[in-house]
Amino acid sequence: MTEFIQLLISGLATGSIYALAAIGFTLLWQASQTINFAQGEFVMLPAFFVLAGMHFLGLGFGPAILLALVASLLILGLTFKRVIIDPLLPHGVLPVVIATIALGILMKESVKQFYSAEAQPFPALFSERTITVLGAVVSVQDIAVLLISLSAVGLLQFFLTGTKTGRCMQATAQNPAVAEILGVNVKRMILYTFLINAALALLASVLISPIYLAKFNNGETLGLIAFIAAIVGGFNQIRGAIAGGLLIGVIDNLAAAYVSAQYRSAIPLILLIIIILIRPQGLLGKAEGRTV
Amino acid sequence: MNRRYFLALTAGAAFAMVAAAPFAATAADPIKIANVIELSGAGATVGTNWRDGLTLAFEEINAAGGLLGQSVEVLNYDTQTDAPTSRAMVQKAIDDGAYVILGPIYSGTVKVNMLVAQQNGVPQLTGAEAPFITGMGNPYIFRTSFGAQQSMPKLAKYLSEKAGTKTVAVAWSNDDFGKGGRDSFVAEMEKHGIQVVADISSEVGQADFAADVVKLKGSGAEAIFVYLHEEESARLLKEIRKQDVKQAIFGETTLMNQKVIDLAGDAVNGVRGHVGLTADAPVPGIEDFVKKFEAKYKYKPDHNAIKAYTGAYAVKFVTNKIGKADRQAFADALHNLTITPAEEPGILMETSWDDKGEINRESFLVEVVDGKQKVIETLPKL
Repeated sequence: MTEFIQLLISGLATGSIYALAAIGFTLLWQASQTINFAQGEFVMLPAFFVLAGMHFLGLGFGPAILLALVASLLILGLTFKRVIIDPLLPHGVLPVVIATIALGILMKESVKQFYSAEAQPFPALFSERTITVLGAVVSVQDIAVLLISLSAVGLLQFFLTGTKTGRCMQATAQNPAVAEILGVNVKRMILYTFLINAALALLASVLISPIYLAKFNNGETLGLIAFIAAIVGGFNQIRGAIAGGLLIGVIDNLAAAYVSAQYRSAIPLILLIIIILIRPQGLLGKAEGRTV
Repeated sequence: MNRRYFLALTAGAAFAMVAAAPFAATAADPIKIANVIELSGAGATVGTNWRDGLTLAFEEINAAGGLLGQSVEVLNYDTQTDAPTSRAMVQKAIDDGAYVILGPIYSGTVKVNMLVAQQNGVPQLTGAEAPFITGMGNPYIFRTSFGAQQSMPKLAKYLSEKAGTKTVAVAWSNDDFGKGGRDSFVAEMEKHGIQVVADISSEVGQADFAADVVKLKGSGAEAIFVYLHEEESARLLKEIRKQDVKQAIFGETTLMNQKVIDLAGDAVNGVRGHVGLTADAPVPGIEDFVKKFEAKYKYKPDHNAIKAYTGAYAVKFVTNKIGKADRQAFADALHNLTITPAEEPGILMETSWDDKGEINRESFLVEVVDGKQKVIETLPKL
């Protein structure tokens, strides 16, 4: 039982980081019907902004994170929207998909070229102490990661449902034409969505890099798992992305421990196939109709 | 001389000149050494160390007059830690006229590309450690470090006689390197009457080791033996620290590697094991090498840098010994050869190769203390 509790908490902690990345897919889909296949690299890159701030500018860890936040908002939020999404979106989703795949490769190779191909140590935000929960030894880091991720998601939900700007963003997501008629600045709301995605990517990056180490190809796995999590949970619902992320984190851990370590990476894909067959809109997603 | 005879003679001479051109190296032509190595992908960490050690060695060799009065040109080829790419790179190196190939390190890639070098009769000095590398009857393959089948008996003896271990859990990398090491280790455990109570594999590039560590911890083993690549070792050790695992942790070479120490930080303290080569060895030659390496590259070398450095000096010694840059003569000369530091200071420690290309030299038992390898015992040559 203690083993199960350890696996569960550890899985929830990792899953909550997957959820942060998965929410990025959901937000961009809702705001601009865009799938960002560079989302994994969006989570990989901010860790290198932090490391560059520390090693090249001599900043402390905290100021380096603030610098990385600014860089993420400018590059992964503003520039990404203005340079890639805005010009390509009028031509349909497919050019955007191809462009984001290319962007992901560019980001990965750039980090490899200009920083390093080797994994880099990344400072941990939290103590490496452990505490005992129901007989199981649980790390403070896991619990802190879980709490911070869920708090970030809670704040996002509050922002979207409890503030005027958030409701305008939701209106934009549901029907941009009507929202514009009602006086919502649709372009600004879409920009906010991209900025929020960039900030969440930074948070996921800072939380996961102490565990995974910072490496140029971290985005490959993270992007795939986050994409699966978003589909499993429901691509058009933030709560779906959260559920999908947590579910995959836990299932991955339990499968590695109780089924087969060799086939652990196949388990999320099997889950994906089952969900698509049984409930195509995802566990918590809503079915969408589209005129053709 | 009639006209027909003159034309035939001229044509024959022209043909002979063209045919001989690729091989007619003059004193001014450099001797090409191919460095086929992991500079990106999962093996970038080890490959970068290897490249830097090799570069340092050949810069020194060139500064001292080169090989046989000719300068050495090192051609770097990135395998991307990918077996098919490594095969293509070895072929490219041979097409480019490489005299000797150094690298790669990952056993799975060497298994594939060593056949290309063998078919072309090109000597290859590899950093790979899987037992099968020298067991395939390839007369052109030579190690620069111990095969797992040589290092595991030393570690097993320590576990049995010094540490008094009765049960052990094994965490290994699910590739040729890890499988070879795991099989050798388990066989040695059986010989020493130590029971293997958990046998857990993980994938190359695996990021999350929470489940693996839960199983290792719950196995009830007195000790945990880890045989993973550097980055995965660091992730596993961090997770071991995170889950407050109390069992003793042992490893072979990679686990105590400087890169693992850099990546895992405090989590690697207390780890013990056997290393074929270490930058912290109390060997004057290695101490001098480390100083030169750190002055040039601003980081501490690991065993891969030492492997490449000594491999380069083995090339120098053998080439000077045979007096020509001849591939077949090189391969013949390196078999059953011993090089001492008195004969070639760059070899750092007395090193022997047997008739299969297997290497033999002193090795070390180490413990990581305060982020540094501390040599507990120097073990004699086998």
